[in-house]
Amino acid sequence: MAFDKMELRDIEVWDGNFAAAQALRQCQVDVVSAYPITPSTPIVEGYAKFKADNYVEGEFVMVESEHAAMSGCIGAAAAGGRVATATSSQGLALMAETLYQASGMRLPIVLNIVNRALAAPLNVNGDHSDMYMARDSGWIQFDAYCPQEAYDLNFIAFKVSEDHDVRIPAIVNQDGFMTSHTAQGVKTMDDDTAYGFVGEYKPMNDMLDFEYPVTHGVQTEEDWHFEHKARQHNDMMTIVPDKIDAAFAEFEKLTGRKYNQIEEYSMEDADVAVVCMGTSVETAREVALEMREKGIKAGVVGIRVFRPFPFAKIAEVLKDVKAVAALDRSAPGGTAGALFNEIAGALFNTDSKMLLSGYIYGLGGRDLTKKHLVDLYTELQANADAGKVLTKQQQFIGVRGPKLAYL
Amino acid sequence: MLEIRWHSRAGQGAVTGAKGLADVISTTGKHVQAFAFYGSAKRGAAMTAYNRVDDKVIMNHEKYMEPDYVFVIDPALVYTSDVTINGKESTKYIITTHMSTDELVASQPKLADKEVYTVDCIKIAQETIGRPIPNTPMLGAFMKVSEMYDIEFFKESMQRILGKLPQKIIDANMIAIQRAYDEVK
Repeated sequence: MAFDKMELRDIEVWDGNFAAAQALRQCQVDVVSAYPITPSTPIVEGYAKFKADNYVEGEFVMVESEHAAMSGCIGAAAAGGRVATATSSQGLALMAETLYQASGMRLPIVLNIVNRALAAPLNVNGDHSDMYMARDSGWIQFDAYCPQEAYDLNFIAFKVSEDHDVRIPAIVNQDGFMTSHTAQGVKTMDDDTAYGFVGEYKPMNDMLDFEYPVTHGVQTEEDWHFEHKARQHNDMMTIVPDKIDAAFAEFEKLTGRKYNQIEEYSMEDADVAVVCMGTSVETAREVALEMREKGIKAGVVGIRVFRPFPFAKIAEVLKDVKAVAALDRSAPGGTAGALFNEIAGALFNTDSKMLLSGYIYGLGGRDLTKKHLVDLYTELQANADAGKVLTKQQQFIGVRGPKLAYL
Repeated sequence: MLEIRWHSRAGQGAVTGAKGLADVISTTGKHVQAFAFYGSAKRGAAMTAYNRVDDKVIMNHEKYMEPDYVFVIDPALVYTSDVTINGKESTKYIITTHMSTDELVASQPKLADKEVYTVDCIKIAQETIGRPIPNTPMLGAFMKVSEMYDIEFFKESMQRILGKLPQKIIDANMIAIQRAYDEVK
């Protein structure tokens, strides 16, 4: 090979951004086409440095906008290469059009989104507005709660996305600053082991295969558009979940680290549970254990795969829980939070008597403290004891001013 | 759980210092976390950085912290920031200043009855590294006050972490760490 390998310690102290950059290096991406934006910049900056230092063989394309960045990724993926990039917030918003192009053209691209609030007002800190903005774009979405997972999920994203039965692009989310700029111990794989997991890229329907000429990005009006969309949705619902489970299983065999479409913590006998994403899952895990010492049977469900959404698994884990809180880190703009709606949808038409309440929290990086979570579990236990939701169904956590509650 | 809060100005190396400390501690088998509040910080703006250390995996991601140690690496922040916020009775303060501990406490009444240590990291950095980057000297002072590790082990670890820098700069940092270790009171 023409590039150098890097010696890593078994445990490196990396932030989420550097962990993702290292994963991209170890996957030997052919083309990274990128435009910088806080807080995701260090991912592509790190990758560019690896390229400059001869640790990667691929192309690094500097472009004039995020729209161009994803357009470059689409072109490279259609040509038949392994492709990745990273962005956040406004950058993702500018990419919006091309996100749908990438998924509609069935191009396996890995996009790291370092989750950040959407302006206005301008804010560089972490919330899930950008993750939610992309939720109907036809991409697979994974969510990391800490730097270790930002590293691991990149390998899994390539593995699933590039599978010839899948060929759907994949997003790896991590919390802006709370994961991306927080250094923690990351268990590493050596370069050969890591590359061995994703394997050599095998193109399919690539434009540079001149023996079999193909067209990408075609026009289909009412005659075929619906069938393409329906078939793609069908693959998301029926093929992708099993492929994700297979990749999780293979990754566990290799590293001992086990991932699941939904992560269950202290849920076996839980009376009350919090469902959330990102770093909040880990903080809630710690608080749930402390609540159990006080006699409240508290649990946590973390969403690991946001798309395709694991409806059946959510229904199964929550069906016997008495009171559940859905935590959404995005302004819902005039409706219930997305997780509230997904969970309600999963449990509706079942026999479950679960009481569901929704909470909006942490916008623009506002801290979710352990004290907030203690109060939340206490409120859920009161709902469970009363056999009904004692508050409005939608509340806010940690916002100043008069109490806000709706529905 | 050991928790540390750094008070710094953007550009003085608190984030690098916090990450460097986390890296050293991680090699001894403990779990670490290092993070900072940035906002859209400009060079020179007051900022805070944080370390958590524990024997088990650290799951707490809240930014709220009641620190065991507070490091102040810019002398003016004792007056312009509340360096005692969310402090505990047992919190130890290591503060960069040209004053003696008694003079400092007299000038900032909030520090009365607190366990305060002083060391002039700015002067040490100027005289050794040639630039007012007070982060590594602060870690030398911390090793003395906390008795966390033998200073020789700590310096060896820091040599690895600073590895990419020119040897002259690494050597100067080692002298700075040792001086702060010897001079903190």
